[in-house]
Amino acid sequence: MASLISYSLRNLLTRRLTTFFTAGGMALVVFVFAAALMLAEGLRSTLVQTGQPGNAIVLRKGSKSEIESVVDRAAAPLVETRPEIDRAADGAPLAVRELVVLMGLPKRGGGTVSNVVLRGIGPKSLELRPQVRLKAGRLPRPGSTEILAGESVARRFEGAGLGERIRFGLREWTVVGIFDAGATGFNSEIWGDCDQFMSAFRRSAYTLVLAKLREGSAGFEPFRQGIESDPRLQLTTKPESVFYAEQSEMMAKFLRIMGISLTAVFSIGAMIGAMITMYSAVAGRTGEIGTLRALGFPRRTILRAFIMEALLLGLLGGLVGLAAASGLQLFTISTMNFQTFSELAFGFTLTPGIVFLSLCFGLGMGLVGGLIPAVHAARIKIVDALRTV
Amino acid sequence: MLTFIFILKNLSRHRLRNALTILGIAMSVLSFGLLRTTVDAWYAGVEASSSTRLVTRNAISLIFPLPIHYAEQIRGVEGVTTVCAGSWFGGVYIDEKNFFPNFAVDTRTYFDLYPELRLAENQKADFLHDRKGCVIGAKLAERFGWKVGDQVTLKGTIYPGNWDMTVRAIYHGRDTHVDETQLLFHWDYLNETLKKTSPSRADQTGFFIIGIDSGDHAAEISRAVDQRFANSLAETLTETEKAFQMSFISMSGAIVTAIQLVSSLVVLIILAVAANTMAMSARERMGEFAALKALGFGGGYLALLIMGESLAIAGIGSALGCALTFPAAAAFGSAVSQFFPIFQVSHTTVLLQGIAALAVGVAAGIAPALRASHVGIAQAMRRIG
Amino acid sequence: MNGPASPAIELRDVSKSYTRGQQTVAVLQGVSFRIEPGEFLALMGPSGSGKSTLLNLIAGIDRVDSGAILVGGTDITTLTEGELAYWRSRSVGFIFQFYNLIPVLNALENVELPLLLSPLSRRERREHARAALALVGLADRMDHRPGELSGGQQQRTAIARAIVTDPDILVADEPTGDLDRSSAKDILDLMAGLNESLGKTIVMVTHDPRAAERAHLVRSLEKGLLTNADLHLHS
Repeated sequence: MASLISYSLRNLLTRRLTTFFTAGGMALVVFVFAAALMLAEGLRSTLVQTGQPGNAIVLRKGSKSEIESVVDRAAAPLVETRPEIDRAADGAPLAVRELVVLMGLPKRGGGTVSNVVLRGIGPKSLELRPQVRLKAGRLPRPGSTEILAGESVARRFEGAGLGERIRFGLREWTVVGIFDAGATGFNSEIWGDCDQFMSAFRRSAYTLVLAKLREGSAGFEPFRQGIESDPRLQLTTKPESVFYAEQSEMMAKFLRIMGISLTAVFSIGAMIGAMITMYSAVAGRTGEIGTLRALGFPRRTILRAFIMEALLLGLLGGLVGLAAASGLQLFTISTMNFQTFSELAFGFTLTPGIVFLSLCFGLGMGLVGGLIPAVHAARIKIVDALRTV
Repeated sequence: MLTFIFILKNLSRHRLRNALTILGIAMSVLSFGLLRTTVDAWYAGVEASSSTRLVTRNAISLIFPLPIHYAEQIRGVEGVTTVCAGSWFGGVYIDEKNFFPNFAVDTRTYFDLYPELRLAENQKADFLHDRKGCVIGAKLAERFGWKVGDQVTLKGTIYPGNWDMTVRAIYHGRDTHVDETQLLFHWDYLNETLKKTSPSRADQTGFFIIGIDSGDHAAEISRAVDQRFANSLAETLTETEKAFQMSFISMSGAIVTAIQLVSSLVVLIILAVAANTMAMSARERMGEFAALKALGFGGGYLALLIMGESLAIAGIGSALGCALTFPAAAAFGSAVSQFFPIFQVSHTTVLLQGIAALAVGVAAGIAPALRASHVGIAQAMRRIG
Repeated sequence: MNGPASPAIELRDVSKSYTRGQQTVAVLQGVSFRIEPGEFLALMGPSGSGKSTLLNLIAGIDRVDSGAILVGGTDITTLTEGELAYWRSRSVGFIFQFYNLIPVLNALENVELPLLLSPLSRRERREHARAALALVGLADRMDHRPGELSGGQQQRTAIARAIVTDPDILVADEPTGDLDRSSAKDILDLMAGLNESLGKTIVMVTHDPRAAERAHLVRSLEKGLLTNADLHLHS
């Protein structure tokens, strides 16, 4: 079947200014579209990676986030002695009790206060989270007022850098180490000795118990049944990765809905732009259309040529918008997660799915904008068209 | 006058294209308006705050409570007129999707501090007499179809258990800045229950709202309150209600910035559409412009013709967009009322929409206008062939 | 191409009218005539006489109201839209007053264009297009876009495009109408050459007597009717 791809392409190249404006409008829309999806994806992947497969987190029944949870001192040993929990070389269970609180800390340079997660850790905490690596300084001595700061906290908050001091709970705390937890939520936390934190914050109960299961993910179901059926425990458990992934749901949904509804409205403007351009392309080339038809090109070839031109325009817009959006991967956003009420740093993440969706979106805008003008082009009567030359 | 008619005649020449351009501009002006309104909605809590109210909370963060007996000591600070204890209850109605803000407050003083919440005297009296009664906002009542006398059960997230209440009163806002989606109930009900179920959490409150005699004294009073509890087990942080509300927004500042950024991108989209149309219509009419020039019209006049057309298109599009913003904001606002209880188009927004359209009109017309004003007669005539 | 018994083109009682606003204007009223293979016919007549309409009907880009048109034995009035387009692509070569070249394509691509509708390979298309351009004397202008060619060169490109599919008939609507005298002469020489050497049947609408002179046969139209004055000018 005859096609006129190079004809469509040449026409776009010839009318550079118009092509630039039209594709530019669509590129902006695709940029916003891709950026919103990348942000939601960045948030999601950060929180999904926070959890370690094979770990289970034990919280109070009904708790949706760590700060709502309470695990009594009496309950913690009952959890730790469950047989499903893996053992260390010395025979001790691979489980740890932790305290999680929120604290308002001033940011560097502006003085605005944001909530940071403080995590009181136990001796096994680092072993259970192999993704957390010490990047600078050293580990705190157990039982001291020394603390570790996550990389992005150290960078963004006053007094959280290596060797600096923060005052809370009527004491001074010294940052002796900076840890890097990769692209996870832990990077936005401060870690210190659990018992020290409990006395500083006058807490008599833990927040959670984290355990490494003997049979990995397979061991989770018996562990959950064991915890939930124990009448002495008002506790529940989730795989750690599932728990953190759920922390991103509301915010990611918000970002996605906002991004998509915004771009839906914007795209109307861009599609109208494409329609104007394509109408003018058809009007300006009526004579050519007549000629092509006289030469024997059927209506559908004309229809296809103009749709192809609009699609190329959309593709160009999509590619430019996507290229600009992919540059966002260099940036990190830090904002409050509505669900945990604490600050979280995360990046823009581009996935093949987002690339595909963005290009489809660009092509879709081109198609919608070009369809009606293309149908008009194909419907022109040859004799009338030739008369306009 | 003739020039004006000429411009209008030119507009009617490419009806379809001009209509599409106007529609495109209207859509973009509309989205610009909605984005601005979203940002405003973010700040609605700040707008609604009063300068004669302070908020005292635990210095560490909001999740740490304060002992209820602090109320007496705060009341002793000079300039303080009223003290009201309050806790974010965080209860959920059936499941999380039905989110709305709910607070346990000291109902003896709360309504004195918030005169903007209006409720019928008899309903108020009923509420104060019912230990398990609650007050709901008019929008909340509408959302779930609740009436006075209805039973409502909240599932506690921070305070476990099922909490039964009876709707005793429905409040209306004094003006449109008031959030009508809240549920308020007796702090005493919360505390008495906690005394039985988890005594360690009883006699504590999330925050105190302090009424002061004059907004001018806010800074001194805040300092005085915080000094009273300095170096205690629960140090306090007292700030104006406005600053308190603002602290929530600054935590999600990145998102607000992103929305603001995107709203300027929309202006660029309008510009692309309008500039394209103006470039096209100027290009097509070069021959005419040459003819007009040959007749003795100056380049300035031709530039005026193009500028006038560009501004007319932008102006009509903008007017249409502004007009559409109000119904669109009403529809959008009711869809997102969970996130943004107040969603209203401000005068500033409408003004900015107008300015943006004006700027677009000028920017889109400027290059073609210059080109038209410099058109060479012979050259342009040849172009038409 | 040596003298088949049937005519190249035969019109039988062809009528055509247009509606302009509320009015119906009869352009052609019961026109019948034959054009023999290898003929070079000039259609003349004042504007509005229906000569262009007649040409459009013969070329299959417009439809009759009644009557039949047989080209090479096929009644093209019975063909569907798609069949007609296919028929045009194989059987008719077009030469227009304003050349109607595609401005964004160069000369070679313009000539190649109709071959996109043939089953030829890309290489074969290129070869045919080059040969056609060489035939009209434009072998050295293949890479030029229409805007870079003179009027005469553009019309020669258009003629190359018309013959590249090796059609039986060529239709020309005022082929010299936009050209200066010397270019016009070149184009007419070229057309006469194609008629003589390749035996193409040519139907040309013109109001230029100099152009009509080069045809074998001149027919005049007046108010939608053929006049009887058939002039055999050529020896």
